[in-house]
Amino acid sequence: MKTLAELAAIREKTKKNIVLREESDENTRVVVGMATCGIAAGARPVLAAFIDEINKRGLKNITVTQTGCIGVCRLEPIVEVYEPGKEKVTYVKMDADKVAKIVTDHLVNHRPVVEYTIEDALK
Amino acid sequence: MIRSQVLCCTGTGCSSSGSHELAIEMEKQIAAAGLSEEVKVVKTGCFGLCALGPIMIIYPEGTFYSQVKTGDVKEIVEEHLLKGRPVKRLIYSEAIEEDKMLSLSDTPFYKKQKRIALRNCGVINPENIDEYIAMDGYMALEKVLTSMKPEEVIKLISDSGLRGRGGAGFPTGRKWQFAAANTSDVKYVCCNADEGDPGAFMDRSVLEGDPHAVLEAMTIAAFAMGGTHGYIYVRAEYPIAVRRLEIAIKQAREYGLLGNNIMDTGFSFDIDIRLGAGAFVCGEETALLTSIEGFRGEPRPRPPFPAVKGLFGKPTILNNVETYANVPQIILKGAEWFASMGTEKSKGTKVFALGGKITNTGLVEVPMGTTLREIIEDIGGGVPNGKKFKAAQTGGPSGGCIPAQYLDIPIDYENLISIGSMMGSGGLIVMDEDNCMVDIAKFFLEFTVDESCGKCVPCRIGTKRLYQMLEKITSGKGTLEDLDKMEALCRHIQQNSLCALGQTAPNPVLSTLKYFRDEYIAHVVDKKCPAGVCKSLVSYVITDRCTGCTLCARKCPTNAITGTVKEKHVIDQTKCIKCGLCQSNCKFNAIDKK
Repeated sequence: MKTLAELAAIREKTKKNIVLREESDENTRVVVGMATCGIAAGARPVLAAFIDEINKRGLKNITVTQTGCIGVCRLEPIVEVYEPGKEKVTYVKMDADKVAKIVTDHLVNHRPVVEYTIEDALK
Repeated sequence: MIRSQVLCCTGTGCSSSGSHELAIEMEKQIAAAGLSEEVKVVKTGCFGLCALGPIMIIYPEGTFYSQVKTGDVKEIVEEHLLKGRPVKRLIYSEAIEEDKMLSLSDTPFYKKQKRIALRNCGVINPENIDEYIAMDGYMALEKVLTSMKPEEVIKLISDSGLRGRGGAGFPTGRKWQFAAANTSDVKYVCCNADEGDPGAFMDRSVLEGDPHAVLEAMTIAAFAMGGTHGYIYVRAEYPIAVRRLEIAIKQAREYGLLGNNIMDTGFSFDIDIRLGAGAFVCGEETALLTSIEGFRGEPRPRPPFPAVKGLFGKPTILNNVETYANVPQIILKGAEWFASMGTEKSKGTKVFALGGKITNTGLVEVPMGTTLREIIEDIGGGVPNGKKFKAAQTGGPSGGCIPAQYLDIPIDYENLISIGSMMGSGGLIVMDEDNCMVDIAKFFLEFTVDESCGKCVPCRIGTKRLYQMLEKITSGKGTLEDLDKMEALCRHIQQNSLCALGQTAPNPVLSTLKYFRDEYIAHVVDKKCPAGVCKSLVSYVITDRCTGCTLCARKCPTNAITGTVKEKHVIDQTKCIKCGLCQSNCKFNAIDKK
């Protein structure tokens, strides 16, 4: 038999899996470019690193999705972060090591990592 | 971590169009693409849009794919799940507007719906109790067992205005109150899942998509009225529903949510399933209880009502699946919340199964008071192929046909009865100009003639005689006097039958006689069937447009068509069986139906 506390724990734990199925405008979206160019440049480990990092920290209301080719293939892997009500931030030439910093600074503390952005790369 | 979930409908509708194979293929392709760690396949209950099955929704994007075939799965995995490019050609067309994907709740089919009884259908995996718990499942039971008195529960349900969704609309709280007032060592809580109306499948969908909601509600009812044991009477033709119920009961017992000492509160209650063999009369409460007792399913006179002397002679409550599905939400959100929806006397929402001549065949849940026009035209997508709406049948064989002039009437229990129909369990069958209303009345009556249990004379013999009169009319031998005789016989059956089956059986005849009397008169006086359905009153004639191609003569199964090549052919009316094959095959539109 499950105690009431155990039921509450199951509820919390399973909610995390189900929240994905709620359509919400409140979610922050992390979008990884996963066209052929992105995959060739190593987008998959980047995607996996985002998923791992977000899960490790138990962050809520963040979805990780992919998209096709954005058009600047030379800067792949490209990741875009859409926070509700804010301009999107585009990170370029990503690798798995940069992910942890973006998660900490941008997703947790809402401060984009300027040195990884496309604006910085094109300077 | 799972970043994406693929929800596959595995209700009966989508299962029959191959959704199980689809889910298996999806898992295979996901594994082949190396995405098993990131993408999960979830088998859910019904989404409601059965016409477009098999249905698949991919989250977090909320992309709604319809009519997916096994061959499409690889493309979905490679394009959508791997590269993030939704497969546009498979997306539900209403969900795309000017190339932009709409949120599902903004599509015409879902926009006007309000899903309470169906809230978890198509959202959770019904075979996983944890997902139900995550959707605040068993929280209502916890609230009831730990912080409420039985009389408070009954008051809450009474205040909410919830009425029986099985057809008659009896106030649920009052039913529980009656049973609670009778003291007995044993009391029963039963669930009527003997969904018998042709075309109605909301109870099946709730059981398939959200079985725990019914178990939780029955346990709450047991606490409120002092119930000691529960039975769910479900028809054996619902194998998926039965299997998911069995799984749900097993899981609930493992979690201590059924059985002895539930949630360690000292309250005990357990539920068993009883399978029905599919007799329509067993949807009637006394017949259902008799069937659970192991006897032939026949109704018995009331009083005594089941609340006093029900199953095995003990106080019993019997509620319908959809009624129960509302209960946990009412407990959690309060009586005022529920009572704020609907009309003065009918609160909350109602699920309708749309069928017949309608574009979006499926399951919809709308607030009470929504008009038929909104349901049929806005949500249902209207009558297909540019045909004209003629009537809607609510309440199945017990209900009546509603003509176009009442399309704007707000639907609730009282309004439907005032126009000669009834809510019934919520089947809604749409008819267009190609349907003959006399034939429709005959169709429904044939059903009740078959399903009459035979215990009382008005129903057993009355419906049979009524059916014979309709046969007489559709074969062109009826007289105007027959129409009056039919009406008198209908009243007699209504007033003298033992149970609701007989009392409501004449409704299809009475309502069509009232609203479509001109069609009856055409059959009787002009010997014509205006819709061209009744075969005895239809003849096929070859016109001068005939080029003598001989195709019809070759297609005719009874060799009724004769003629030489390049000359006009003739149909021998004595041989013609009115199958219509000649007309549908003619390339020159040369055959008229008169």
